[in-house]
Amino acid sequence: MSNSARTPGDITRRQMLRRLGMTVLAAGPGAGLLSACAVGGPSASSAAPTATASGGAVSAANPFGVAADAPLEVVIFKGGLGDGYALEVHEPLYNKKFPQAKIKHVATQQIAQTLQPRFAGGDVPDMIANSGTNLMDNGALQQEGQLLDLTELWDAPSVDDPSKKVRDTVAPGTVESGYIDGKPYLMNYVFSAYGLWYDSALFQEKGWTPPKTFAEFKTFAETAKAAGITPFAYAGKNAAYYAYWMILISAAKIEGNQLLIDVDNLADGVWQRESMKQSAAAWAEIGKYMDKSFEGLIHTEVQLRQNQGKVALYPSGSWLENEQKSQTPEGFKYALAPTPSVTAADKMPYEAIRATAGEAYIVPAKGKNPKGGLEYLRIMLSKEGARGFTEKSGNITVVTGAADGLELSPGNASVNAAQSAAGENIVTYSSFENWYKEFETELRKQTNALMFGRISADEFCAKMQAAADKTKADSSITKQNRTV
Amino acid sequence: MRHGRYPFVVGFLAAPVLLYVVFVISPYLQAFYIALTDWKGLSATPRFVGLENFTRLLDNEAFWAAVRHHGVLLLAMPPATIVIALLFAFLLNVGGGQRGGRMTGIWGSKVYRVIFFMPQVLAVAVVGALFQAIYRPDETGVVNGLLAKAGIEPVGWLIDPDLALWSIIGVMVWQGVGFYVVLFSAGMSSIPKDVFEAAALDGAGRFTLFFRITLPLLWDTLQVAWVYLGIAAFDGFALVQVLSVNLGGPDNATTVLPLEIWRTAFGPFRFGYASAMGVALFFMTITFAALTLRVTRRERIEF
Repeated sequence: MSNSARTPGDITRRQMLRRLGMTVLAAGPGAGLLSACAVGGPSASSAAPTATASGGAVSAANPFGVAADAPLEVVIFKGGLGDGYALEVHEPLYNKKFPQAKIKHVATQQIAQTLQPRFAGGDVPDMIANSGTNLMDNGALQQEGQLLDLTELWDAPSVDDPSKKVRDTVAPGTVESGYIDGKPYLMNYVFSAYGLWYDSALFQEKGWTPPKTFAEFKTFAETAKAAGITPFAYAGKNAAYYAYWMILISAAKIEGNQLLIDVDNLADGVWQRESMKQSAAAWAEIGKYMDKSFEGLIHTEVQLRQNQGKVALYPSGSWLENEQKSQTPEGFKYALAPTPSVTAADKMPYEAIRATAGEAYIVPAKGKNPKGGLEYLRIMLSKEGARGFTEKSGNITVVTGAADGLELSPGNASVNAAQSAAGENIVTYSSFENWYKEFETELRKQTNALMFGRISADEFCAKMQAAADKTKADSSITKQNRTV
Repeated sequence: MRHGRYPFVVGFLAAPVLLYVVFVISPYLQAFYIALTDWKGLSATPRFVGLENFTRLLDNEAFWAAVRHHGVLLLAMPPATIVIALLFAFLLNVGGGQRGGRMTGIWGSKVYRVIFFMPQVLAVAVVGALFQAIYRPDETGVVNGLLAKAGIEPVGWLIDPDLALWSIIGVMVWQGVGFYVVLFSAGMSSIPKDVFEAAALDGAGRFTLFFRITLPLLWDTLQVAWVYLGIAAFDGFALVQVLSVNLGGPDNATTVLPLEIWRTAFGPFRFGYASAMGVALFFMTITFAALTLRVTRRERIEF
């Protein structure tokens, strides 16, 4: 499972036990207990970053002036991407450059539980793959001054071609997708495309093609239904956002990417705009073809049904193929289709897809070796680093051309093809998921209510506008703004 | 040796009291303090915001939904558990009537006792996983599979907003009954047998035995059960977390305060706000316990 924040996790036994332990505590005095010892602990935040003191000499090969013998601690979320890419690719590359540097590798499935106490106590690692269901809120980290501004990284010379800046070696929009408060704090590394996934082998056998308009979508739905296949499905129990992505993509296709910017900026009335209403209404119509029981399933259960040929179109991102690797039967060929056009007057053509950088890597500002953290990221963004990542994790990175010549799986190949077909017509990213978690929670609730037929598109828009207004009015939530 | 007594007593008490203060009292007090800050759990310097977190609660839909659900839980779960457990305990202990001059349970009561206690031995995690399978919304679910055999459409146990909370309450009752059967059995066995026997000799039937003898003599045990179950009704985190759709859904239909606390603390990292919910929950629980003990106070029956 790769796409970090978005990927709903199965509850493992260990997680469960931990949560049980938490219940006992939380039921009593509440969350305060959980964090009992944190306030009043050592106030490390007052200590200035120490790493800068003992820097190495700045040179073309060492643009940040990393001290060659400074130890480096790397924390990797060990989810669908594994941690082999760090252990076997990036860390050796770092060590090749700084043989004296001792690297401490920490792999965890619970980033927040592992690191939150360390942040509170002032003992933080130097580089973090902040992903998984239990990732840390990047917005909160930034507000507490815990994140290092990565401008220096993006402006540094690239490892492969020192005449180029790092920012010029990555896909357009990558740097901006990591903005918080107008500055790049996140290094989004994995390149993902979003849309409707289907089994091209099944479609070929049935003589079907993915629908290009919502009118076709409905005809297709009837055909699939007649063939005993659920035309479209997502899992309501933990993956409502798979569906709200589709609603946002369609709305952006109708109106243009400005809509996504306005949503992120909590612009007045943005959820009540015609494009949003049309999109919500169109998707709610498709929702009617879903079985009510899908609301009670988790994402892997619905994905398995698609692998069994029981679901035709499934909304997700490009990590899906890798995530389902062990469940995919022989002959099943993942392929990506763009979301259908809602109106004939849509600003973006049918071919437009949402393609964006995800999976945030961060460097804590108050670590012991932040320069080393930056250098580590620069190495990740080298061609060798990115290629190794793709080989180990099965996912394409933001580094342009790094995957050239690698043999691509059917899904990745179709992402490639969809991207070329889309050309300039790219639906960009949403940042509210990182910025306003409570608002996002509300969107999940209302998306399920809409897609499973409990509320109308108008009610959906009204409720989401109310939630956006509430977020905007809440003085305790730091407001973010983006222009690109 | 008189003057040596204080150091002795203090010596023994100091360590436990200190541990209690450090690990129980101090976190409670800190929770109250954190509730007045905007602490995010990511630094050591929270900002004091006064009662802001509490006023914000007034406008939090999910919070009120959770409070309502605790009300429903409180009205439904303890009575159901107690009634069922009492019935079972009565049947297991004196339900068989008199045999050879002694009160006995119904046939096979020893086996039933073990069976009833089973859910208590299972971890909540296991119970959650079990009922995920039982309540699955389509025909692969245990209950819906059986219903399908009888030609009944699958029921959305956990996805129907009107039904979901009740389904979860059902699990809580199922899980709790066994323990209270054992508790009430113990209570019943402490009632002198000759009381039952005398009543039985006087011609009292099972009905009279239960309402006139067992229930009054079991009052203290019932009171304890009521308080325990009431406090349990203020939890429900693990089951709701595992079973509910979209964490506390659909449409907030199953959410409980501990879940909202957890979401608020570890989602947007608003530990201050979450602590305010925790403080609210603390007062609800305390009020409930105090009220219950007050209302159910009765004169002890000596025997």
